[in-house]
Amino acid sequence: MTSEVKSVVCPICGCLCDDLEVTVENNEIVKMKNGCSVCEAKMVHGYKSEERILKPMIRKDGELVPVSMDEAVKKAAKILTDAKYPLLFGWSSSTSEAQRIGVELAEELGSALDNCCSVCHGPSVMATQEIGIPASTLGQIRHRADLIVYWACNPWTSHPRHLERYTSFTDGRFEKSEWKSYMQKMKGDASMKKVQAASKRIIGSTIPAMRPDACALNAPPQTMQKEGRKLIVVDVRKTMTADAADYFIQVQPNKDYEIIEALRCLVGDQELDVDTVGGVKVEYLKDVADAMVNCEFGVIFFGLGLTQSAGRFRNIENAIALTRDLNRKTKFVISPMRGHFNVTGANVVFAWSTGYPYALDFSQGYPQYNPGEFTTIDLLRRGDNDATLVISADPGAHFPKAAVQNMMKHPLITINPDMNAISRLGDVVFPTQWCGIECEGTAYRMDHVPIMLRKVVEPPKGILNDEELLKRILAEVRVIKGKNPDTETKAEVKERNKLAPRIEIKQRKKAKKVEVA
Amino acid sequence: MTELLIKNGFVFDPINKINGEKMDIAIKDGKIVHKVSGKAQVVDASGLTVMPGGVDIHTHIAGGEVNTGRIIRPDDHVKDVERKTAMTRCGTGYSIPSTFTTGYRYSRMGYTTVMNPSMAPLEAKHTHEELNDIPLLDKATYPLIGDWWFVLENLAKGDIVECAKHVAWMLDITKGYAIKIVNPGGLESWGFGHNVHSIDDQVPNFCITPREIVTGLARVNALLNLPHSIHLHTNNLGLPGNYTTTLDTMKALESVPYNGKPVCHITHLQFASFAGDGWAHFQSASEEISSYINAHNHLTFDMGQVIFTDTTTMTADGPFEFSLYELGGHNKWVNSDVETETSGGIIPFHYKKNSPVNALQWSIGLELALLIKDPWKMFMTTDHPNGGPFFAYPRVLAWLYSKKAREATLKHCNKKAQKKSLLPTIDREMTLYEIAIMTRAGQAKALGLPNKGQLGVGADADVAIFNINPETMDIAQQFKAARKAFKHAAYTIKDGKVVVKDGEVVNNTTPGRTMWLDVQTKDPCVIDEEMRRKFKQYWTIEYDNYPVFDHYLRVPEKLTVKASV
Repeated sequence: MTSEVKSVVCPICGCLCDDLEVTVENNEIVKMKNGCSVCEAKMVHGYKSEERILKPMIRKDGELVPVSMDEAVKKAAKILTDAKYPLLFGWSSSTSEAQRIGVELAEELGSALDNCCSVCHGPSVMATQEIGIPASTLGQIRHRADLIVYWACNPWTSHPRHLERYTSFTDGRFEKSEWKSYMQKMKGDASMKKVQAASKRIIGSTIPAMRPDACALNAPPQTMQKEGRKLIVVDVRKTMTADAADYFIQVQPNKDYEIIEALRCLVGDQELDVDTVGGVKVEYLKDVADAMVNCEFGVIFFGLGLTQSAGRFRNIENAIALTRDLNRKTKFVISPMRGHFNVTGANVVFAWSTGYPYALDFSQGYPQYNPGEFTTIDLLRRGDNDATLVISADPGAHFPKAAVQNMMKHPLITINPDMNAISRLGDVVFPTQWCGIECEGTAYRMDHVPIMLRKVVEPPKGILNDEELLKRILAEVRVIKGKNPDTETKAEVKERNKLAPRIEIKQRKKAKKVEVA
Repeated sequence: MTELLIKNGFVFDPINKINGEKMDIAIKDGKIVHKVSGKAQVVDASGLTVMPGGVDIHTHIAGGEVNTGRIIRPDDHVKDVERKTAMTRCGTGYSIPSTFTTGYRYSRMGYTTVMNPSMAPLEAKHTHEELNDIPLLDKATYPLIGDWWFVLENLAKGDIVECAKHVAWMLDITKGYAIKIVNPGGLESWGFGHNVHSIDDQVPNFCITPREIVTGLARVNALLNLPHSIHLHTNNLGLPGNYTTTLDTMKALESVPYNGKPVCHITHLQFASFAGDGWAHFQSASEEISSYINAHNHLTFDMGQVIFTDTTTMTADGPFEFSLYELGGHNKWVNSDVETETSGGIIPFHYKKNSPVNALQWSIGLELALLIKDPWKMFMTTDHPNGGPFFAYPRVLAWLYSKKAREATLKHCNKKAQKKSLLPTIDREMTLYEIAIMTRAGQAKALGLPNKGQLGVGADADVAIFNINPETMDIAQQFKAARKAFKHAAYTIKDGKVVVKDGEVVNNTTPGRTMWLDVQTKDPCVIDEEMRRKFKQYWTIEYDNYPVFDHYLRVPEKLTVKASV
């Protein structure tokens, strides 16, 4: 039986493209339209992986043994309740509905709770907390932006349809697509290569380029003066995105902060006493600053090259400050290039239920936030926790050795659809459904726009989705804790309130004073 | 079948014209009834004040913007935490409390119905997800459609019927309750960093003026027979001298046919009643505004009262937030534009008694509330969290019912502001009856919610009981005791269940409903290929993925409205 499903949402990157057309045959995706290569790799092939976990497993005598769902849930709940300070990590490839239950579970356990944001755009969140952020949804950029800056990111590879759907190569109400000029440029480059090859064959050496390679001289090419949308890429190496750019600025590694600072000076009409900043001539930066000031609507997209290089959240803070300064002269926005499809959702859900976006701790009975203390890697490296639950993430493949070793030292529960590195290390290994392929749910695009993921095929039998699974674990945890809210006595409540932290008491006193005043 | 009997309370129920009579209220299955059987659970309210559950017409409690406010303000949360109990979830405050905390804190003050006034339609799912997590309250939310391209285009064409159909469609798919308009025309202009400065400025690229948007949507509202009027945040809000714009807007709305039902609700009026030609000459325009309002009946208002505290301002009025940021002294600025629809901005703000402007703002809010004679026109809000967090409501009430309370605060205010303030000349002290109108009955009436804000037979059994004995307590004199009583309700009853007792949550099993309008037009908005194509052009998500699907509302309450188009 063949059926076609339209407007399917891609559960891969922060772009959340929602115009996929998928052909399903015998409960298998066989063909799709509109998806990028990354999307096709997962939606057509990847999800059917042979590494798929089909039964819950528990480690017995060093071997993972398939068990019933009930047994696995009981074991997981026992591990979590026995632990003094568990850590719940992951969430970025799960649905918001599951994340909600995750917060409830962490609250019940008094555990630490963190999402993948702490190893990617955590610094961006911290910068936002320092200085705010002038942002907009991607459609606003599509309709209005005539200057697009990709800073320390390479969407051509990481978010392949970002340019096509939201920035340079899309038609908006007030700005048109630059697709044609890009094609011409590509054609020009290709014929230039042919000419060079021919001249090498005939006269034995290449002729000087007609259009000086922007990269070699790092000078702004003539395209900087053109009408329509301009694309500037700032990166440490020449990426595919940089090839498409009207101007590519190659910075020395870890010198982004200096360049941003120089641009801030130039935008603020200050003179610089140096010739080069971060490997770029100041006169070229002046051209960039001019382009920024003279645009109608500009945008900076930044990636992990800015959040995870020297300076970390101070880089972002400065970039946001640059954007703010530019808003005094024109309209400018800035936006992080969020990676996983629902890492933004994890921030959103954690924030509405606790007030904080990541790096959470519930050990005091109320939410606490402190990046550096409750962020996963710091916590694991210090060895604070004594059990870990990992959901929809693979820290096994990406975390530093010390952090992974610590996870292995204590009981580890994993919830992932396939047998990735962390699942192989797990003590209780749960299977789950692929969010956005086998189950529906909400995800938040990189600009905080919620989109509902669709269910396209039926999951394998007996496999629960993240939300159902977490609900079962939560229920089991409550049974073990024996805490039925309806039967807790007043004395018990009083006893617990005795442990109220000082800060709260202080606050109450302060509030009273205010009231009196 | 649950039965409840509230015995011997002093009942204040303005819709049924009950003013402090000692009587019993019977409840059965979540509704008020004539009488109950002898088995009913009895709540002894002797010596206590019984009012309908509180209704808040305008409070930013959920949605994308509120949540961004939460994310950027850990400094706000760390000073105010809510511990987990066996009954309740934990959370944090202060000015932008987390969702669960919001529910508990409202409920502790005797509130049972709240309205979230600002939702970007594109992010409607987010708002509804958050509303689901606000327990113990009935909720609804207003989509922002004043600067929606479909509205601008249709109104520019003069096609009011087509505009009405689109608005009906939008209310339906975003599960909204009323038409919210913020700085009409200004938000579209802000797309390129501009703003409109009077109601007759042209909106760039759209050939329309704010006047046409407001009056056009007011007519649309009438055509659709929506229960609430349009909900308007005026142009030039928060700028000195803006009262002329406000007066112009109110006069412009006189052109809309008035048949006894208000045509517009102008929200947080305090922020729209500034005189003076700059911050240095900042003045109150409460006399001019209130004298107009006392002479006209086609509008309702809420206060947007300022509280002296550290709070977070957030509004869809992006250009206003930026101009506020440019005044200096603020450390964070968030702007969040939404394609095709709206914009937004957030700034943490500390209202200080020693600031001449802030102190006068505080005074303006109260002057307006006291000078507007009819409490059915003016409701109590702080535009949470813009003027101050909602749990400061009891303090606002104290200023309204007690001159002594006003004087106690005024004497600590900036001296210049004290001189400009009209408060010393106002002797009015509100009665409990008037308070009940301003906090419940009036708001429910303006919202068109017949089952809320009253205790008549058939109404929802949402009741608030306060520890105030009107026979023995003079609230104007003992304002602190009364304030405390309003802060910690003796009982809050939601849908016939006691959810709060002595200011503590005792029952957390009531999630509260989300009300939304199903507007039935005679021939509904056709979603044809043309519309789908426009959708693809205007938004970055597909038509099929745009609506808020039914399951996003945990406990939906559909209110069906028959439109006249």
